[in-house]
Amino acid sequence: MVSLTINGQSVEVEPEATILQAAEKLGIFIPTFCYDPELTLVGACRMCVVEVEKARALMASCCTPVMDGMVVHTESERVIAARKENLNLLIANHPLDCLTCEKTGACRLQDYCYQYGISESDYHGDKKDYELDDTNPFFIRNMNKCILCGLCVRTCHEINGAGAVEFMNRGFDSKVTAAFDDPLENSSCVFCGMCVDACPVGALTPKHGIGKGRPWELKRVKTVCPYCGTGCGLELYVKGNTVVGAKGDVTSPASRGQTCVKGRFGFDFLQSPERLKSPLIRKNGELVESSWDEALDLIAKKFKEVKGTELAGLASARVTNEENYLFQKLLRSLGSNNVDHCARL
Amino acid sequence: MYEKHILICAGTGCISSGALDVEEALIEELKKHNLQDKVRIIMSGCHGFCEKGPLFIVYPEDIFYCEVTAEDMPELVEEYLVKGNIVERLLYKDPTTDKRVISHEEIPFYSKQMRLVLRNCGVIDPENIDEYIIRGGYSGMKKALEMEPIEVVNAVKSSGLRGRGGAGFPTGMKWEFAYRSQNDKKYMVCNADEGDPGAFMDRSVLEGDPHAVLEGLVIGGRAIGSDEAYIYVRAEYPLAIKRLRTAIAQAEEYGLLGKNIFNSGIDFKINIKEGAGAFVCGEETALLASIEGERGLPRPRPPFPAVKGLWGKPTCINNVETLANVPLILRKGADWYSSIGTEGSKGTKIFALTGKINNTGLCEVPMGISLREIVYDIGGGIRNGKKYKAVQIGGPSGGCIPEELLDLPIDFDSLTAKGAMMGSGGMVVMDEETCMVDLARYFLSFTQNESCGKCTPCREGTKRMLEILLRITQGKGEPEDIPRLEKLAVSVKDSSLCGLGQTAPNPVLTTLRYFRDEYEAHIFDRRCPAGQCKDLLTYYIDAELCIGCRACIKACPAEAITGEKKEPHVIDEAKCISCGACFDKCKKDAVKTK
Amino acid sequence: MGSNTTETHPVLGYRMKMAKKKGASLIVADPRKIELADHADVFLQLRPGTNEALINGIINVIIEERLSDDQFIAERTEGYEEMAAAVKKYTPEYVEGITGVAAGDIRKAARLYAGAESAGIYYTMGITQHTNGTNTVMAIANLAMVTGNMGKPSSGINPLRGQNNVQGACDMGGLPVVFTGYQRVDNEAALSKFEKAWGVKLNSRPGLTVTEIMDGILNGEIKALYVMGENPALSDANIHHVMEALEKVEFLVVQDIFLTETAAKADVVLPAAAFAEKVGTFSNTERRVQMVRKAVNAPGEAKADWLILQELANKLGMEWHYEGPDHIFQEIAQLTPAYAGISYQRLEQEGGLQWPCPSADHPGTLYLHEGQFSRGKGLFTPVEYLPPAEETDQEYPLVLTTGRNLYHYHTGSMTRQSKPLNAFKPEEFAQISREDADRLGIKNGDLVKVSSRRGEVEVKADVTEVVPTGVIFMTFHYHEVPVNVLTNNQVDPIAKIPELKVCAVKLEKVG
Repeated sequence: MVSLTINGQSVEVEPEATILQAAEKLGIFIPTFCYDPELTLVGACRMCVVEVEKARALMASCCTPVMDGMVVHTESERVIAARKENLNLLIANHPLDCLTCEKTGACRLQDYCYQYGISESDYHGDKKDYELDDTNPFFIRNMNKCILCGLCVRTCHEINGAGAVEFMNRGFDSKVTAAFDDPLENSSCVFCGMCVDACPVGALTPKHGIGKGRPWELKRVKTVCPYCGTGCGLELYVKGNTVVGAKGDVTSPASRGQTCVKGRFGFDFLQSPERLKSPLIRKNGELVESSWDEALDLIAKKFKEVKGTELAGLASARVTNEENYLFQKLLRSLGSNNVDHCARL
Repeated sequence: MYEKHILICAGTGCISSGALDVEEALIEELKKHNLQDKVRIIMSGCHGFCEKGPLFIVYPEDIFYCEVTAEDMPELVEEYLVKGNIVERLLYKDPTTDKRVISHEEIPFYSKQMRLVLRNCGVIDPENIDEYIIRGGYSGMKKALEMEPIEVVNAVKSSGLRGRGGAGFPTGMKWEFAYRSQNDKKYMVCNADEGDPGAFMDRSVLEGDPHAVLEGLVIGGRAIGSDEAYIYVRAEYPLAIKRLRTAIAQAEEYGLLGKNIFNSGIDFKINIKEGAGAFVCGEETALLASIEGERGLPRPRPPFPAVKGLWGKPTCINNVETLANVPLILRKGADWYSSIGTEGSKGTKIFALTGKINNTGLCEVPMGISLREIVYDIGGGIRNGKKYKAVQIGGPSGGCIPEELLDLPIDFDSLTAKGAMMGSGGMVVMDEETCMVDLARYFLSFTQNESCGKCTPCREGTKRMLEILLRITQGKGEPEDIPRLEKLAVSVKDSSLCGLGQTAPNPVLTTLRYFRDEYEAHIFDRRCPAGQCKDLLTYYIDAELCIGCRACIKACPAEAITGEKKEPHVIDEAKCISCGACFDKCKKDAVKTK
Repeated sequence: MGSNTTETHPVLGYRMKMAKKKGASLIVADPRKIELADHADVFLQLRPGTNEALINGIINVIIEERLSDDQFIAERTEGYEEMAAAVKKYTPEYVEGITGVAAGDIRKAARLYAGAESAGIYYTMGITQHTNGTNTVMAIANLAMVTGNMGKPSSGINPLRGQNNVQGACDMGGLPVVFTGYQRVDNEAALSKFEKAWGVKLNSRPGLTVTEIMDGILNGEIKALYVMGENPALSDANIHHVMEALEKVEFLVVQDIFLTETAAKADVVLPAAAFAEKVGTFSNTERRVQMVRKAVNAPGEAKADWLILQELANKLGMEWHYEGPDHIFQEIAQLTPAYAGISYQRLEQEGGLQWPCPSADHPGTLYLHEGQFSRGKGLFTPVEYLPPAEETDQEYPLVLTTGRNLYHYHTGSMTRQSKPLNAFKPEEFAQISREDADRLGIKNGDLVKVSSRRGEVEVKADVTEVVPTGVIFMTFHYHEVPVNVLTNNQVDPIAKIPELKVCAVKLEKVG
């Protein structure tokens, strides 16, 4: 264990810990843009800089390992000045359309500007002016809002492996693009949406949620994806009685926040007008609406008419364990072991 | 048996001044006089005195001809080689005494220098390993291979050698870190990605004495326990690459590289990696990323390359000039080396002199020499008798040194204390006609262009600094711009990811420190004291000189000039947009600026 | 092998690519040049329906080159000699003739697999949906055991479950032969345990599988069918046969969230709640039981399946009084040793538990067969290569193989109702090799007719390098192009899985 002092409090951490992790242990918050513990540490955004005594320049706490006896200040005047300047620079090159931006309320740039009292930039010069990439049905890429933290690039390369986006150009002209600066659908992108979830600002916006609710209005429900057998954790965003968004649940032991296109963007079937809303009974060859009682009475009557072994049932690979349990209990209780499902398909 | 040796400088500078044409013409003339078997031509590396190239030295007499051309060859061969008459007009003329000088040792440009690293440059044929060996080459390596690794580390440590690439980190300590990192594989890397505008000492060493660098790498490899090195050299140095390749091949053939060097059981392999010329790739972590085939972006340190470098292995990165010092230290001893220089900075330093100075070129001087000696003795003073204003030291990462600091003994620490830095050793000399705001703007436009874009302060901050500087030079500066610049510069310096971002504000900070009045003049008086900022010039017509030809009236896009034919014309300052069209047009130099 | 992981199990696909980047070796065996093949150290592009030959070939090399884990074989297995004798003739050269995979690649794969400190085998339906599928799984088990790749981390054989709760449906007794936790209905102790718990008399005779049920309807054995959340009208092999059964059955109840192709045939349709509209648990492919939580109410009068089942049970005179899924789960845990230690409380606290989890203080089981197999010693089973049930001939010269794409799921009942997914991949394309396309004058996007002995479909062509000459690939996501009218309902004699992965077809250009 290594011991160090942060803001006058001492803390002991593992030798491979970073200053940021040590601060977290003390409950000291340090703002970050480009940091994600699942990804390579790049120290690019410089938002997490802290003052380390005896170090010449400020150090990025996210990627600076602790050292025994280190003395760190996370909110010194020098640190605050650097962070303010950083925000000042970022918003000088960022559309301030927070009134309509989908990210409002969940935007780290907005949060930190609020925290450090930055309402407008000191600098008025060139701004990025790129066309939107909005031709795919899943999300919009607005690179004018991008702060070049690179989380999307690293997620795409390191988590997904698709490597669909990369930095292009240098310096002020740096931009995250797909190959040849083409729309994403012409690239190796598989629309897993993990870049969207990684983006700390409003550069990547899912289309389905636009105008459907502010983050603080949304209830978050953790559940499991309804598609393949991987069992990825999802967090559903709910407004009223509508699921308006989804993202990977980072606490899920199966998926650690990872998703694919179906889980991330394919939940809107819930609201499909084609959903069945009442029981139907075939009358004169047509399926017509009925009451639950009528439908269940009819089934009970018919099931009683046949012998147990003449009855068969298909359970489901989509419904819950509890429901599958009851289904086979019901059929077996009626004397039928003719229970199967599409595990074989 | 040759009777004479002729060294023609074939550094990139002299080649661009026509050295290869001179060679061709000389061969032709020698044949005419049937002297081809008596005179040996050696195309040497750079002598440093690029201002006077192509240089042409005849041994054994040591006669220094300069600014020779192919057309001079018939005369030179006929007069000197055949008849033995020195061709006076091609000798160097001392600008102070106007006297012609025969030997290069009498030229002040050389006499104040101490050429250790450049000892072979311009003296040997860089494509012939024997010439290097004859002058003691590879004996330092032999010594090192007979020593224990830690002894090599300690020798370099006690020599006091500091990295010549920029920050001046003690080389021995760097080696010790890499030495102490335990790993089955370690790398030596030579940083030959010389990128500072105007600096070309590394190129000259590589072109003129490539074996010195190879020898330095093997010694480093012995010290840290590495058997493989990369030389990262920019593709814009084709001659350096060619000579390195030749040198590596020759050293391998001689058993000085490759398997079991000197029967020591030690192997060493040197690879060349050509860089694509991004300035940021001179930063060591970006350089490593580039060798690995990744986008050349800096990585956070720690972990330092000595612990986790190339492909995750401990790596020691030294610059060309640093490595070229190493064989000498081993050969002549750390004590000898540390007797040269100042308390904190040992040995010599090569500077590239450019700008408004009489003798541009490369000079190698002992640490601690004063700026005045470099500018006035070696450099021959300011061109056209103008007044010295400042020297920008250390390229875009450095700072400017004003007149009052001319007697500053130059070493790593003194420069840093004054807000500049040694950097790679570029020295741009400025006279009274240089606008310091514009100078800062120039360097900022360089760093902004070369910013890799990875970290926010450098990417966005240099852009905004540049915009403010541009605004000031255009006469649109606002009073808040000076504090704004200062605040931003401090923040970029303090919070950028790599050394390039951390030093990018230096030109702004030092010009603000020493020439704040120039900024204020631009902003408050809308005036450029050096008379360089076009938008701030006021144009007027000298009635005495004006002949009333109406040429300026026709040229003016703003209809700001009035006047009858054959009468002196007048510029209406209110309408004038300071475009300079009238100034360019006037044949009588009657349009003046103030 | 036999798993297009990056499309069918994308998140697992990411992990495989990540592991590869971190230095793991990857061997991919598939008839198609799938994305993972680009990342593979060895890509074994075998002919459809030749899996067991390939695996035997790999085992042959391992034995011949003495790469086997002899200690593991001696201590933990039995039947090695018989198996070794059976693979003797499967030399790489012999196997090359069957599979089309170069002998050198088979050797390379064998050395990589056997040489790894630990190696896992991941497969899906490319292995099982064959008439010889069960044997192929046995062969895979032989391969894993011969190298000792069982019962330790990052090894074993890992069938990737295709649907969110296919594992759970099996665990819960959604199979004709077993109650929950694979307790056989013909086991007296199990039977009496469930009879006692449920308070009813139970049938000890194993029931019919889905394919047998369809046959049973047609031969009059089965009169009523209750389908909960399944769509056999699109998913099962030889749909014409299935449709005939669905038409014929006297009484068909379908419980679903959409009016699926199957529901359209029903006498009664019951509207169910979707995953986000109810509480419960799913068990994933790692045997991990995880909480499903309710986010919104079901539309209209739709109800959670468990509620429907309870109401129906009570109409049938059973006295069910479950207060909620939690209550049901407690009953499951009581009756199922593997689930005994799992409770909603623990799932909420610990995020998920992998069975077997026999007691409340058991942390769950990361991997199976540590120290000992469930049957004691691991049994090697000699496996012989059998050609697919239907081979190509002059009339049907091409092989059709089926699967999924990334953007849709199963019969598309959910994904085709998702606007973005359907907008991105609105229609089916049959993958056809360049050679076959050139021969028939087919260009990308042309409409083609694919027909088998059982039916025909029209579909647009995707001329691609992904499939080799002689092979066509289609998905079963699109009701407009019901590929299963073509597939063969010939089943594996043991697992009763139909041979969806190989049937003989012909290809014609339309118009």
